[in-house]
Amino acid sequence: MTLSIRIIPCLDVTDGRVVKGVNFTNLIDAGDPVELAALYYAEGADELTFLDISASSAGRETTLEIVRRTAEQSFIPLTVGGGVRSVDDVNRLLRAGADKISINTSAIARPELIAEIADRFGSQVLVLSVDARRARTESGFEVTTHGGREGTDIDALAWVEKACALGVGEILLNSMDADGTRAGYDIGMITAVRAVSKVPLIASGGAGALEDFAAALNAGADALLAASVFHFGSHRIRDVKSYLASQNYSVRTVQVL
Amino acid sequence: MIAILDYGSGNLRSAERAFATSGHEVLVTSDARIAREADGLVVPGVGAFAACMKGLNAIDGASIINSRVKNERPTLGICIGMQILFAAGAEHSQTQPHLGVGIWPGTVSELSSPLLPHMGWNTVEPPTASLLFSGISNESFYFVHSFAAKTPVGEMQTWTTYGERFLSAVEDGYMSATQFHPEKSGDVGLALIKNWSKSL
Repeated sequence: MTLSIRIIPCLDVTDGRVVKGVNFTNLIDAGDPVELAALYYAEGADELTFLDISASSAGRETTLEIVRRTAEQSFIPLTVGGGVRSVDDVNRLLRAGADKISINTSAIARPELIAEIADRFGSQVLVLSVDARRARTESGFEVTTHGGREGTDIDALAWVEKACALGVGEILLNSMDADGTRAGYDIGMITAVRAVSKVPLIASGGAGALEDFAAALNAGADALLAASVFHFGSHRIRDVKSYLASQNYSVRTVQVL
Repeated sequence: MIAILDYGSGNLRSAERAFATSGHEVLVTSDARIAREADGLVVPGVGAFAACMKGLNAIDGASIINSRVKNERPTLGICIGMQILFAAGAEHSQTQPHLGVGIWPGTVSELSSPLLPHMGWNTVEPPTASLLFSGISNESFYFVHSFAAKTPVGEMQTWTTYGERFLSAVEDGYMSATQFHPEKSGDVGLALIKNWSKSL
């Protein structure tokens, strides 16, 4: 009896559609978000994550509607991120049906936002999304913003430690070096962040082969996020879980009706 | 009709949708009269113990819950909504615990585990006579919390282990509570909600 590892499909959403690219560029259409969410729910996803990459306020309104419709039929935790800048933004998303909110750029610009959100809604609603890449910072990992397009010179490990102290409930670590490549999770980065994170760690970026999922867990991830491998059908969620169960990881299985 | 008590805590929409799958009419409300008289009352709750008690006190929530106990009307606490039913909570205040509603004795305290919050799907050990878990076996439920009750209260206790054993559910006559989120625990969570709704 033990806490199961979590498999979390990530849906990058823009203007009402799911998209996916490689290293955050060359986006291609991957389907309807509400339909995909329902499919992943039925297949045994342990949580769902929407990342709103819309550039416009109209796109953000569309995402709120998608969150509402998804929350009506998928009874597992739903995390929504992208463009969250204030306590009011968090409140709006929670009221639409999100359970957790992920923040990134806005927390880098104003770290006290972490404490403001945690004080109002509790740490458990707040996921810090860290888009990191290899660079010449102290630990060798740098935080980026704007989907990996802009460096910050902020050391990723120092940032994770600070954010834990300010009250985030989880870290979503996305390797910009590995994102969308399907060449494997970034084991070095996961190991380094696990060593400093006081809260659960979700690894993201690079999932390809089944063995990749086990390697990330072995490096210390508590949950695994993936997009491309699920959207484009290389693996079903239940296949990943069966494989991990065969490797003696505790997974949650659902009855397929 | 099932009333979901709105005292400013959390996303009530997902709770509303999940309880509606039981076939009952569901109303999210902070109206004391409706909350007292509904066939079933759900007391949700996320965040911190003290913040939840502050919100609860603002709508005189303790008297709503106490009157339901007295009038034998089913009530279900979820997550912090379970914790505030105890006498006290030590969250963010190790020296002077915050007062709870006090339906059950004891203090809710931090879990002894290397990694908090306890976040994700974990298994439960219900008693065989459990009504909430009737027909549900070897399944996991979704937990998000760092504090928990660790000493037995009420008629029936369900236990979960994360670092240490804690109460993941209590069934005590008309008063029930779960530390996990049935509204976020997939089809198994909906089955538990259905079980509870049969008692209304």
